[in-house]
Amino acid sequence: MGAARGREALLRRNVQLRLHVNGEAVEVSFPPYKTLLEVLREDLGLTGTKHGCELGECGACAVLVDGEPQLACLVLGLECEGRSVETVEGLAQGGTLHPLQAAFADLGAAQCGYCTPGMLMTAKALLEREPAPSRERIREAISGNLCRCTGYAQIVEAIEAAARAMRERA
Amino acid sequence: MMRLPWFECRAPRTVAEAAAILAAEGPEAMLLAGGTDLLPNMKRRHQTPRLLVCLRRVEGLRKVSNGAALTLGAGLTLTEVLREPRIPAGLRQAAAQVATVHLRNMGTLGGNLCLDTRCTYYNQTYEWRRAIGFCLKKDGEICWVATASKRCVAVSSTDTAPALIALGARVRLVGAAGEREIALEDLYRNDGIDYLARRPDELLTEVIVPDRGWRSTYWKLRRRGAFDFPVLGVAAAARFAPDGTVLEARIALGAAASRPFLVEKAGAFLAEKKLTDEVIAEAAAIAASRAKPMDNTDLDLYWRKDVADDFVGYALRDLRGDDMRAVRLRTARYLPGEPPGLS
Ligand SMILES: Cc1cc2nc3c(=O)[nH]c(=O)nc-3n(C[C@H](O)[C@H](O)[C@H](O)COP(=O)(O)OP(=O)(O)OC[C@H]3O[C@@H](n4cnc5c(N)ncnc54)[C@H](O)[C@@H]3O)c2cc1C
Ligand code: FES
Ligand code: FES
Repeated sequence: MGAARGREALLRRNVQLRLHVNGEAVEVSFPPYKTLLEVLREDLGLTGTKHGCELGECGACAVLVDGEPQLACLVLGLECEGRSVETVEGLAQGGTLHPLQAAFADLGAAQCGYCTPGMLMTAKALLEREPAPSRERIREAISGNLCRCTGYAQIVEAIEAAARAMRERA
Repeated sequence: MMRLPWFECRAPRTVAEAAAILAAEGPEAMLLAGGTDLLPNMKRRHQTPRLLVCLRRVEGLRKVSNGAALTLGAGLTLTEVLREPRIPAGLRQAAAQVATVHLRNMGTLGGNLCLDTRCTYYNQTYEWRRAIGFCLKKDGEICWVATASKRCVAVSSTDTAPALIALGARVRLVGAAGEREIALEDLYRNDGIDYLARRPDELLTEVIVPDRGWRSTYWKLRRRGAFDFPVLGVAAAARFAPDGTVLEARIALGAAASRPFLVEKAGAFLAEKKLTDEVIAEAAAIAASRAKPMDNTDLDLYWRKDVADDFVGYALRDLRGDDMRAVRLRTARYLPGEPPGLS
């Protein structure tokens, strides 16, 4: 009994580790069962990343892990040690919106806004890999991000407009 | 909020270490690769392992080697598999239609081959399942799909398995007591609960795809073009003589039973024949007669049965060299290689 209880106690201990979120190293302590989504929202106060289906089906929780779009609801927080995590909070630089954010705002690509952080991060990874994607490529890249409001047309247009703006600036 | 249950986590560095942990811990330990199947299942309490053995840091699981065969490490993500220029068309088409961009960046080839079977009465929250008194696959006694059935009929839903079976792929399994290499079709059992012939301490470490210059293709039936599990997968591969006569052919079906399987009779029927419309129709009928879908996935059962021979026919016409793009777009809203990157 005593040994069994000892094992239980050991089992229910938090993990303590260092994450790299939006370019900053942060020490954080959390129970091992927490997903990256839960750690971001509950332990780091970064609530920009949205909590949708929790089962990998909606894309609301998409963040970049080592530069690739992944679903924070299906990544264990403790598997992120030593990897770079980017969230929507890291997009704007010193009060200036990222071209994707500006285009989303200007072109009505966000209505309720719930899908927007996931869309923005997924689009950011696409444009880093392909600065001039076709409409088809954009559609394919965001096909795992569901939007219940816009009908997608404005989102695709905004990503195209942001890509143009970023190419002109480069 | 659907929280994961408590668990302990170990991160071994070698395959031998991982196999030793599995051997010591027994069924309470499970392997975690990309987690895109296991973690949703754990949230719904389908699986509640006390120990997770994380494979991310295990050396050697992400290797690719090109010799007489193409060897793909089981730990490669599907995105990494898609970036390999040498993968055969059938595998490329199957991997490109698994889930979404995000999930392909996370999910691995090994995890896809070991994917849990699926069923409408199983892939539900704990509360939902409790409300129906659970089911045979997990926590209950009755199979709600076939109430007289002693066997769970949950469906094998992996896309890459049928594609790789048609290509004659083999897999390497490494356990605490040694390793073995088996034909991929022999990894599976037609049992929704005990669906893998993998021993509890074994890891799937690599997939060996023979390079035999075969033409190959994969056709997937699903509800949405964006992403959905297959409700039917048809994979075909063949080698042709210069005059178009089939020398050898293999047809495999997915999402048509609790395992993906080879339809040997259809392959044998095609040998020494040219792919005329009549030959294709007959081979399609042979293959489709083996599809025994149950009423436990998306879409209407009778319609799914009805279109099985059409899908085998599409696959064979594709191998013959017909321009199938319009049919692809209509059935899957997917065009192989177009858009090009897919990653
Ligand atoms: C919304 C959604 C849609 C999806 N759509 C599809 C789809 O269309 N087609 C499809 O095929 N899949 C689909 N999937 C399932 C899943 O994303 C993929 O099958 C993926 O490739 C699984 O790999 P993984 O590494 O994430 O597996 P994990 O979840 O890590 O593991 C899955 C199982 O395999 C075992 N395992 C993992 N690696 C090994 C190994 N090396 N040796 C032995 N056992 C191992 C694990 O213990 C576990 O039981 C979908 C998932 C979601 C959430
Ligand atoms: S919350 Fe992660 S995909 Fe829906
Ligand atoms: S803007 Fe509401 S879900 Fe996309």
